[in-house]
Amino acid sequence: MAYGSGVAQVRLEHITKTFGTGDDAVRAVDDVSIDIAHHEFMILLGPSGCGKSTLLRMVAGLEDPTSGEVYIADALVNDVEPKARDIAMVFQSYALYPHKTVRANIEFPLKVRGVSKTERAAEALRAADVLGLADYMHRKPGQLSGGQRQRVALARAIVRNPAVFLMDEPLSNLDAKLRGDTRAELVDLHRRLDTTILYVTHDQVEAMTMGTRVAVLNQGRLQQIGTPQQVYDQPATAFVAQFIGTPPMNLLPAGMLGSADVHVGIRPEHLELRSDGNIHAVVRQVEHLGHEILLIGDAAGTKLIARLDPSAFVPKVGDPVVFGTDPGRLHRFDAATGERVS
Amino acid sequence: MKRRLRDVPWALAMLLPSLALIAVWTVYPLVKAIQNGHLRCDVTGTKCRDAGWGRYVDVFKSREFQHALSVSLKLMVLTVPTGLVLGIALAVLADKQLRGIGFFRTAFSSTVATSVAVASLVWFVLLQPQIGVLADLFSGIFPVLKNPGLLNDPGTALFAVALSSIWANLGFTFIIVTAALQSVPRDLYESAYVDGAGSFTRFTNVTIPMIAPTLLFVGVVLTTRALQTYGEVALLTGGGPNPQQSTTTIPYLIYGKNSLIHNDLGTKSAAAVLLFLLSLIFAVVQFRGLEKRVHYGS
Repeated sequence: MAYGSGVAQVRLEHITKTFGTGDDAVRAVDDVSIDIAHHEFMILLGPSGCGKSTLLRMVAGLEDPTSGEVYIADALVNDVEPKARDIAMVFQSYALYPHKTVRANIEFPLKVRGVSKTERAAEALRAADVLGLADYMHRKPGQLSGGQRQRVALARAIVRNPAVFLMDEPLSNLDAKLRGDTRAELVDLHRRLDTTILYVTHDQVEAMTMGTRVAVLNQGRLQQIGTPQQVYDQPATAFVAQFIGTPPMNLLPAGMLGSADVHVGIRPEHLELRSDGNIHAVVRQVEHLGHEILLIGDAAGTKLIARLDPSAFVPKVGDPVVFGTDPGRLHRFDAATGERVS
Repeated sequence: MKRRLRDVPWALAMLLPSLALIAVWTVYPLVKAIQNGHLRCDVTGTKCRDAGWGRYVDVFKSREFQHALSVSLKLMVLTVPTGLVLGIALAVLADKQLRGIGFFRTAFSSTVATSVAVASLVWFVLLQPQIGVLADLFSGIFPVLKNPGLLNDPGTALFAVALSSIWANLGFTFIIVTAALQSVPRDLYESAYVDGAGSFTRFTNVTIPMIAPTLLFVGVVLTTRALQTYGEVALLTGGGPNPQQSTTTIPYLIYGKNSLIHNDLGTKSAAAVLLFLLSLIFAVVQFRGLEKRVHYGS
């Protein structure tokens, strides 16, 4: 295996975090264990409220786990202050100091560590250079665009050369185009800096495009951990199957195909119009996206989405159609637990 | 443009109530005071004649005004920095999420709802040499509390007035600073914490700069209030102890019944206008001097 074979840079063992006490207690993170190897770009992916940010904050030392152990570079850090954990964090809001210049923002982590003024200036310039900020050093964050602010936050994180970067949805405040550009830059940065990144997002596109591995969380529990392709091809639970992929995987009601205690899942690109198929549906909507066509059908009350080639024959709204798929493309999930069968 | 002109009568009609109030209660008294400031009156205050703008220079140079000016400035120096520091300290303490903090927040902000008269009366009783609690408790360390009493000693009376004034203004500072603290994004503290900043560094590098616009505002308000201190003086000391006039501030010189210029409408008006100018100068100097160092906005 390419990842996970080296020394684990961050190791989470049976981490549980409960907020509140008694009847009001909420279990935000429930018995999560993850090994993150050196130089991994690990994505914590899940819907809002799944516990991914809480998990990241526990690695940062901003929250204490209720139980379980956090190791960084093989040292138990449960009781270690954030500053001694050799980490840097990038916040969703960037958390830049609005009254400080870009230079002072980037220098701040060095300043509080008592690094000399000349060394600070040199290090800040080096970090700013990496992110193309050298011309903006004297500006205040208020005079920068969203993308530039985000770079300042990154520069402030890399200036100290930490062992692990923690990033909490750093792209979610950017517009779609900038987000796409910055994704590529982050991947490039990761390669150049030879460092470990732990990255929280709810955006599966970010997870698929940037991560070397993805850990999918739902309701505080770890659903699956693997490379983006593994998670896409072999989703471990019905939740993962539907959370990853756009449009999401079609999940048929138990008994519609196969046995009564199994949900069958079919990715939209594997759902084909074929006369020998066994799923009968009526076309409800046809979406032309240029490079592909989404056919949205109704099979006895179940919504089905098929991804078609634009050059293929396209039925009209109201037409009856028959879908079929290669049996090897079917995913089966236990109807009771949601876990993958076979 | 045409449309704008058509809106003018309506706009004026809408503004009229406010304009009328400002005209009657602000503009007219100010103009009248400036006019009256030209008057030079005899000892009884019955016969006055116009002595022109030079009268302001005379009043400014007069022994009475100079003395009151020095008392007012001393009071300002005694109350503003201490009040500001105490207010910030209490607000920072009350900003912590501790059990029962609500009680302290209410207690700290309570002086906002206390009038100067009530506050002064409370301190008057507390500081009484015979029956006051403070005199009983601390006269061992500070004999002046018993004999002759903090308010009766020319050397300490201004401190007593300052004490009452600081206490009365503390609630205001506390509430405004508390609101400002709550508007500081928590992310900034967390980011600084992860970067290795201790609580003092976070306070100086995050808290103070982020609430600086509020501190400037509170500082200007406290300065203006200090220069306008009248109620505490009238109720606690009556401008005395006399004959030193130890606590005669400019407002007390203007309004006080023991003031040496009590009967002199012309001098009183001139002093009032000079006080107005003084407050204005201080406010402008504070804004100009500090604005460059204060960061507004995100």
